[in-house]
Order: sequence, then structure tokens, then C-alpha cells
Amino acid sequence: MSFLEAVRLAFGMIRAQKLKSFFSMVGAFIGVTFLIGVVTIVNGMDRYVKEDFAGKLFGINTFTLRFRPFVNVGQEPSREQRREWNRRPRLKIADYEALADQVDPRFLVGVESMSNVETAVGHKRSTSIEARGVSESYFRIRKIDIAEGRVFSQPEVEHGADVVVIGSEVADKFFAGVDPVGRTIRVADFPYRIIGVAESQGKVFGISLDKFVIAPYTSQIKRVVNPHNVVDGIIVKAPDIPGMNEARAQVEAIMRIRRHLRPGQADNFHFETSDDVLSFWANISNILYTALPALVGISLVVGGIVIMNIMLMAVAERTREIGIRKSLGARRRDILRQFLVEATALSTFGAALGIVSGIGLAYLVNVATPLPAHVSLGSIIVAVFLGVGVGVMSGVYPASRAARLDPVAALRFE
Amino acid sequence: MNDNHILIRTVGLTRDYAMGVEVVRALRGVNLEIRRSEYVAIMGPSGSGKSTFMNLIGCLDTPSGGQYWLNGLEVSKMSDDELARIRNKEIGFVFQTFNLLPRATSLHNVELPLIYGGVGAKDRRDRAAAALESVGLGDRMGHKPSELSGGQRQRVAIARALVTDPSIILADEPTGNLDSQTSEEIMKVLADLNDRAGQTIVMVTHEHDIAAHAKRVVTLHDGVISSDRAQAA
Repeated sequence: MSFLEAVRLAFGMIRAQKLKSFFSMVGAFIGVTFLIGVVTIVNGMDRYVKEDFAGKLFGINTFTLRFRPFVNVGQEPSREQRREWNRRPRLKIADYEALADQVDPRFLVGVESMSNVETAVGHKRSTSIEARGVSESYFRIRKIDIAEGRVFSQPEVEHGADVVVIGSEVADKFFAGVDPVGRTIRVADFPYRIIGVAESQGKVFGISLDKFVIAPYTSQIKRVVNPHNVVDGIIVKAPDIPGMNEARAQVEAIMRIRRHLRPGQADNFHFETSDDVLSFWANISNILYTALPALVGISLVVGGIVIMNIMLMAVAERTREIGIRKSLGARRRDILRQFLVEATALSTFGAALGIVSGIGLAYLVNVATPLPAHVSLGSIIVAVFLGVGVGVMSGVYPASRAARLDPVAALRFE
Repeated sequence: MNDNHILIRTVGLTRDYAMGVEVVRALRGVNLEIRRSEYVAIMGPSGSGKSTFMNLIGCLDTPSGGQYWLNGLEVSKMSDDELARIRNKEIGFVFQTFNLLPRATSLHNVELPLIYGGVGAKDRRDRAAAALESVGLGDRMGHKPSELSGGQRQRVAIARALVTDPSIILADEPTGNLDSQTSEEIMKVLADLNDRAGQTIVMVTHEHDIAAHAKRVVTLHDGVISSDRAQAA
């Protein structure tokens, strides 16, 4: 019997026993769906964290000098550690000015301080908007483009002008349908003139990045955002990664001199880069990449057992048919092939449906949750190989049992 | 007559079954020759070994001892796959319970042995259709067994047995599940095959009036041949 005949025969069987075929398919189907779905979500998060999250929050080739770690990733610091942090001197505007003056001019140096203060236009108020006091270089460092109006200039920063650039969501909230440029917004009760609206920065894990007002760090809000002359962070952007390391070394040297640190004494300031977050993510994603496929593997094994059971039932039920086929000249390998092709066809169908629903699942996750999903071709290929492999593996034993049936006994089987 | 005309030859054929610790000797040395174009009935009470003998002749089973030549080939030493090939090419079975595939049409049922014989699709269909025509079922090719009467089913089975043009047709109680009128029809089909085409037929039965259609009756008793006589059909 040719392979084509075996395929034709298997398809006939699958059509004739729809319900049973359906259940065999479910095994491969569920496994493949979850494998694709899970890998897709983890992949999507991976890409997202690496490309968007780190870039948006920390900037590319950028580091921020802080007096102590601002965000904590990974391990909780010890009490001693906290105490040491609290004893550290804060960063001063003078530090910023010294750094801006002394580092290589290839590097962009900026300053930022931020705080949630009450913002109001007319009698509309909001407390969820972040007020940032920054230098004019901040826009270039953080890649904040302007949709309308302009950014503030160096002279405006020097004079501490009460001008402000607002985020797109702030514009939507307070100025629906009107041009905000030239209007007044009160930030912590100081009146500011809006000179620009920023391009939307998007979201990170569902949290909007567009709820901000940006003013010169020398303007009125310096009174509420930080103690006198203190800044939250000094940001340095380099053109590339080697440049970033160089800039960091320069900043460290300058800061150590300014703080009179002796050799061997530890830095009493902190460099914040996207590396912290990325290495933390690498730990999580390693666990995910190991654990999740193992879970999916279990579902595939269960699927395989389901298929094997159904095939064994089919062999028992079709014992007489096998006897008839043998009496008409079917060899062992013909019977073997018949059942193997059937198991393979079923698991292939199941896998194919699994791909569709796996991609559907990924799409659903993308739409319904802030988690991003990214379908990779690799995961589809692996899933299909596993799905079909499971079908074939679980078909082998029932098929070989069928093939070894004694024709006399099989014919007598009722 | 030369040996070429001897289709079936068994020498001291035995078959033992292990039933727990006991060994049941179903056949105790059967010596038989059947020539081409013979129509032989094998009779005997139940337990006489006729079913065992028929399974051996049909290459569904292998003997415990002795030799069996079919068409000049020693079958008793063959492997599973070789036996399958012999069943496919040399033997056409007609069973008491018809043994058709319930979900397949008449045409497909008749095609089956040709599929295992590696015959191409077009040729296969033509030959299966011709075989069905020859048993008077040219208009029932698309019917499934459940849509046919008992007699029609057995005709499909006969067509299936004939379609490979086998050396012998082995009929095992072919009328056992049929009423007497239908039985007569089926016996007539078999007799015609023997008379007109010279088809060799070996038929196992325990009914005397069915055996009466054959030209030679071999009777088995306790695993050996107790009588072997020719009779007028």
C-alpha cells in the first residue's frame, strides 16, 4: 500500500469518527496553543523591556547620577545600606554646573528634579501630574519632541522664566479642543505660560508617560520640588556605549574630587543606567524561559497520553477490521502505517489549529492587557514539531499493537 | 497429470494449541492434495479441526509441523510479510460473517485487496467494478454493507475474493448466516465460478446439503482425514 493510500485511508477514518478525532486533536491543539501563547508573551515582554521600556525610561546610552538608587530592582537593600544612603550628601546645582563645564563636550549633560504637585487650569485641578524642573538640554537627552510650540531656551533657563512644556495627556485633559500654547497653567499655584506641547511618549506597562509639565529648573517650582539648590539627578547622554562608559568615568572622577573622597573610599553617589533593569529582567526572563516551556511540555505529554488512549481504543474497536485487512494481504507495515498516518494527521491538524489559536491568544493578550506580545517564527516551528512529534510518538505503540495482531484471532474478534 | 496441477499439498500437517498447561492437538497429520479447478468441501463436526485446517490453507496461521505447498511454494516456512503477500495474490476468502468493512462502499470493499497488492487507482477501480458486475451487483457499487441484503453482502465478498484472480477461493461456512433460498443463490454463484472459469474452490461447511454442491468431500475427524470421496455435483 502506498503512502498516498495510507493518507487517504486515514482521512476517511478521521471523517468517519469525527468526535473521536476531535478529542485526539485537542491534545496537540492545547499544547501548541499554550506553547505559542506563552513564548509569544514572554518574547514580547523581552523585546519590550529591552527596546521600549529601558529606552523610554532611562534613555539609550544615557545614565543618571543620583545621590542614591532611585528605583530598586532585585534585592531589597539592607538596613545598613539604607542608613548609609540617607547619610549621603544630596546633589547640588553646583555639581551640575561643574559637570556641565568639565566633562568632554561630546556628552550632553542635563539636570532633572521631579515631584507630583497640584496642577490647575481655571477650576480644573489634578494631582497626578508630574512637575519636572530641568535644563534646556533635557529635551534632547530624553528625546522629547515637540508637537506644538517650542521648548525653552538657555536664556529662559538662566533667567528662571516661568514657561512650561506640557505632556500630550495634560493638553488633552485641560485644553480639549483648544490650543494650549500661550495659555496659563498653575503649577503648585505658580502661574506658568505654556510654550509647547510634547509629542506623545506612549505607555509603559499601561502607565501613561504623557502626564507631565516641564519647566526650567531655575523657575518658581524649585521652591517646592526640592530643598534649596538640590537636584534629583544629573543626566548624561553619550553618543554610543563606549562613550557612555567614558562619560561615566569622567563624571565619577569629577564627583570624587568635589566630594574629597580618598582612594579606596567608596563612591557616595549612584549611577543609574538601564543595565540595572535589564539585568534584573534577564534573571526573570531566564526563569520564565525555563519554567514555562516545562509547563507547556507537561500539557503536550498529557495531550500525547490522550492521543495514545484514543488510538488504543481505536485499535481495540477496529480489531476485526485489522483482521479483515490482514486476510486480504495487508502486511504489518501497512497496518502500522495506517494508524501512524492517522495519529500524525490528527496531531498535525491539532497543531495547525493550535497555531491559529496561539496567535489569537497572543493578539488577545496584546489588546486586552498592557502586556505586549510578539509571535516569533521560532516558537511556531518548535510548537509544530513538538505537537506533531507528540502525535507520532503516541501513535507508535497503538499502531505497532495493531500491526502485530494475529489475523485469526482478529477475525474472530466480536 | 503432472505436479504443476497440484495447487495444494499438505504432508503430515499438524497444529497444536497450548491451552494453559495442556496442549490441544487440533490437527494430527493431515495429508491432502487438491488439484487446479477442483471444488472441494471440507466437512466435519465442530472440534474436528476443519477451521484450523482452513486457517492453515488460507495462510492466516502457520502449522506446528509438517509441510504445506501452495502452488509449488512451501508456505509453512514463510515469514509474516510473505504470508501476507500469498494471501493477497493466491487466496480469496469468503467468510461466514462476510467481513466487509462497514463504513466502506461495495466498490471500496472489493478494491481493498488490490490496494494492498499495489495496483494503481484507475486499474483498481475498473477491476473492482468488473468483479462486482460478474456477481450481478453492477448497480450496487456505491452502497455500504448496511444498505445491502445478506445475499448481496456475500456477493460483494465473493467479488472481493475474485478480484485479485487468486489460485483458490477459500469459503468458510459461506452460507452460515443466510436463509436457505439465498444460500442456494450463493452456492450457484460458486458453482458457476468453478464450472465456467475453472476456479478452484475449497469450502468448509458442516451442512451436508451445502457440501453436496462440491465435487469432492473431505471429512475431518479429530484432526485427521476420515474420508475423502468424489461426488457428482
